[in-house]
Amino acid sequence: MTAAEIVFTALGVVALGAGVCTVTTKQLVHAALWLVVSFGAVAGMYLVLTAEFVAWVQVLIYVGAIVVLLLFGIMLTRAPVGPSEGLNSRNRFAALLVAGSTAVVLVTLLWRGFRDARIELEPGGGSGDALGAAIFRQWVLPFEVLSVLLLAALVGAIVLSKSRADRGSRTPKEG
Amino acid sequence: MSVAYPAVFAALLFSVGVYGVLARRNAILVLMSAELMLNAVNINLVAFDMWLRDVLHGGQVLALFTIVIAAAEIGLGLAIVLLLFRDRGNIDVDRQDVLRESDLEAR
Repeated sequence: MTAAEIVFTALGVVALGAGVCTVTTKQLVHAALWLVVSFGAVAGMYLVLTAEFVAWVQVLIYVGAIVVLLLFGIMLTRAPVGPSEGLNSRNRFAALLVAGSTAVVLVTLLWRGFRDARIELEPGGGSGDALGAAIFRQWVLPFEVLSVLLLAALVGAIVLSKSRADRGSRTPKEG
Repeated sequence: MSVAYPAVFAALLFSVGVYGVLARRNAILVLMSAELMLNAVNINLVAFDMWLRDVLHGGQVLALFTIVIAAAEIGLGLAIVLLLFRDRGNIDVDRQDVLRESDLEAR
């Protein structure tokens, strides 16, 4: 095992453990906070893979924006702060069975397929320089389409969250 | 570094997300588990980009696009969950078993 593999394994264990805590904890807010740990460890895995730009985007958007959105969602649905019952459905064992068989099949397949392939880690391949050039030269059309998608999602979220009383009325008083 | 390490960890994280989506009742927890699955896919994208030394950096760019789409998805998903909460008073996915609006005459 090389040093990179040891660090990667440690980060992977942290990400997996925090993920398991996220899907098993009985407190909604704790689930969101374990999600922060899991996303942070995944960002560390990107750093080990020398994808530094993706790592910082992960920290900014996932840890910074998405978890805050989830916490707002928890707050607005008036979830209890303490442990709450009934967060798990009755088909937990079926879910465990499906997830376990997914894990066994995928891990067996990937281990047999990629055991001998090696990544030569060299810094520079994931810098903001290289990725910026790639996005704004080769990938500029998908990038612009994605901005339209974000705009559509934003408008959709606004339309959905308008309350029904003032939908259809457009007077300035009612907004 | 062997390619198997990121691939295996991504597969395990994906399975954790699958368990969360299937076993959780609260809609917000289901969304969180979906985010775990998206993260697992991103690890794969970045690892295979690094393995293949892609000149266009396709894997990393696609990982960035996935992150953006995940942000759009969580925004819309939470808007739907909040609408559900306002309409029905609970967000348990097991209990959403009617397609019509719940209290038409009250509004």
